[in-house]
Amino acid sequence: MDSNNNNFTVVDAPEGISGSGFFATRMDKAIGLARLNSLWPLPFATSCCGIEFMATMAPHYDMSRFGMERLSFSPRQSDLLMVMGTIAKKMGPILQEVYIQMAEPRWVIAVGACAASGGIFDTYSVLQGIDRVIPVDVYVPGCPPRPEQIINGILKIQELVHNESGRRRYSSEYKELLAKYGIE
Amino acid sequence: MFIINQEILNLTSEKLRNRFGEAILTEEIEMDMPVYVVKKEIIVDLLRLLYDDETLRYRFLTTLCGIHYPESDQPFGVIYHLHSLENNQRIRIKTFTTLEDIAIPSVTAVFAGANWMEREAFDFYGIIFTGHPNLKRILNVDEMDYFPMRKEYPLEDGTREDKNDDFFGR
Repeated sequence: MDSNNNNFTVVDAPEGISGSGFFATRMDKAIGLARLNSLWPLPFATSCCGIEFMATMAPHYDMSRFGMERLSFSPRQSDLLMVMGTIAKKMGPILQEVYIQMAEPRWVIAVGACAASGGIFDTYSVLQGIDRVIPVDVYVPGCPPRPEQIINGILKIQELVHNESGRRRYSSEYKELLAKYGIE
Repeated sequence: MFIINQEILNLTSEKLRNRFGEAILTEEIEMDMPVYVVKKEIIVDLLRLLYDDETLRYRFLTTLCGIHYPESDQPFGVIYHLHSLENNQRIRIKTFTTLEDIAIPSVTAVFAGANWMEREAFDFYGIIFTGHPNLKRILNVDEMDYFPMRKEYPLEDGTREDKNDDFFGR
């Protein structure tokens, strides 16, 4: 009988070589494992997708199951920028500023049709997708998406985080990507 | 429905006609609200008179907005809604101008609250409020080089390249 009544699970070890008293694996595998289970999201919620996100955080859907117990409202301490809702053109530079303030490594998820493409707001005042001002890793479609879809997007982000090479952020491709947006 | 206080309304008309005469172009009751169309040159003095008058006391500027009637001879206008709180009487003042002469005097000296509303009318219609202390865009991005609420744009622009995806049906 299990005498341990702490009902928690531990992630599987990454692939590696183990022997008596040691375990060897790749650095980026170990770091990816740690990062993926302790992402600090920064919610940038501007409209109805933000309401769905509130449901995602709440006990019923419980985003903290994925290691996101703590939302960060400071860009300097967060890893994942979650943009949820319509971004007006006037908000564009502010969003970019928030992204710049985040420390590397950083990921971005665009939740909902508006953040991804401007959605129904095909008009002079609305940014036609946040990928016009910042690079986006995962797009979640829907108007608004259900919490399950947002969670699915987060799982995709976790996949990216898990498998990211330790050198990606130093690569010239990545620097080019940022330069395309006029960042750094 | 707004209540029309006939006594106050008569007094309003009388005072405006006495002071401005021909510059009051029309006066009528549209739906349930008195409307005066006036020449733009007198707008500041007119609002000042309505504000200062001890009986009328139109001291609340409910709203101020721009408007564009592209078919009209004088397509651009500004509409002022005033409310006399003591008399519970509302009136609407309209003034119109042309594109060539799009300047309209600012009423910020009478109502400080007109400041942002005039900026909004400038932002969307390009109406120049002469005498405004800080006439710049308020809601749209500063780089915008057109006035989006002017009725001169098609509802949807098929040549836009920022929505070139097949999924948007273009």
